[in-house]
Amino acid sequence: MIVYRYVAEALFYAFMILTFMGAFMAVRSQMLMHAVVGLAVSLLGIAGLYFHLGSPFLAIMQVLIYVGAVCIMIAMGIMLGNTPRQIAEKNLKGRNALLAVGSCAAVFVSLFVVLAQTGFAPAAERVGDMSINFVGENLLLQYCLAFELISVILLTAIIGSIILGRGGRDGAVK
Amino acid sequence: MIISDNLNTYLIIAAILLVIGLYGMIQHRSLIGMLISSEFLMNGAALNFMAFNTFTAPNPAVGQIYTLFIMGLAAAEAAIAVSIIIVVYRRFRDEDPAIVQDMKH
Repeated sequence: MIVYRYVAEALFYAFMILTFMGAFMAVRSQMLMHAVVGLAVSLLGIAGLYFHLGSPFLAIMQVLIYVGAVCIMIAMGIMLGNTPRQIAEKNLKGRNALLAVGSCAAVFVSLFVVLAQTGFAPAAERVGDMSINFVGENLLLQYCLAFELISVILLTAIIGSIILGRGGRDGAVK
Repeated sequence: MIISDNLNTYLIIAAILLVIGLYGMIQHRSLIGMLISSEFLMNGAALNFMAFNTFTAPNPAVGQIYTLFIMGLAAAEAAIAVSIIIVVYRRFRDEDPAIVQDMKH
């Protein structure tokens, strides 16, 4: 039984490394297509972290929505709107790189200090469990309005992007 | 050392994701690169919600629902942003934000 625990722990480290490597690749690569691949790898790692957090449902949703839909959409955006000149970007150098890394490190250190000084206590009593049944029940009873609002927002976004892509309200492609 | 059932581990991972997204926002010169970096910011927030949901929340469905909402919002945001980027490219023949920041006249 204890062996499974170590296997799960090793998988956790693997997902963590996958997340950070993908994120690093997405940020530092000079080809935008490589950045999208890095984003997909990193999101797969985060799906594994969701699995470790006890929610296989969210892991599947992460793979479906993010890796399956968002990454493909960004790849389509790159293919529809690039020219050979701006595919390759230059990385920051010298003083600019130092300033970028320094400001990001400052943000991280401040977050870390806050985290180190705060103790999070678990809730006194928990209702329900992590199952999909309970999530669906909450989604359709207590959070029904937010659920409907999300669907309206998605519909608006789809219609808006179609209108924008066709070239304005009159539909004339110039 | 078992670190996978500790709240602080996930919070630190989320903070690192946030910082990487921030760095990518500074680093990338194109609009699509900035869009990719913003996905990391949102995923850091979603991982935070999910970590607190697993370890401290009284109702373990709320965090999952909020993470689902974040995913839906990110999908809508990416759709709008990609179509805006395509329109910008069609009009300016370029994706450099420094050129696009000038208004029409």
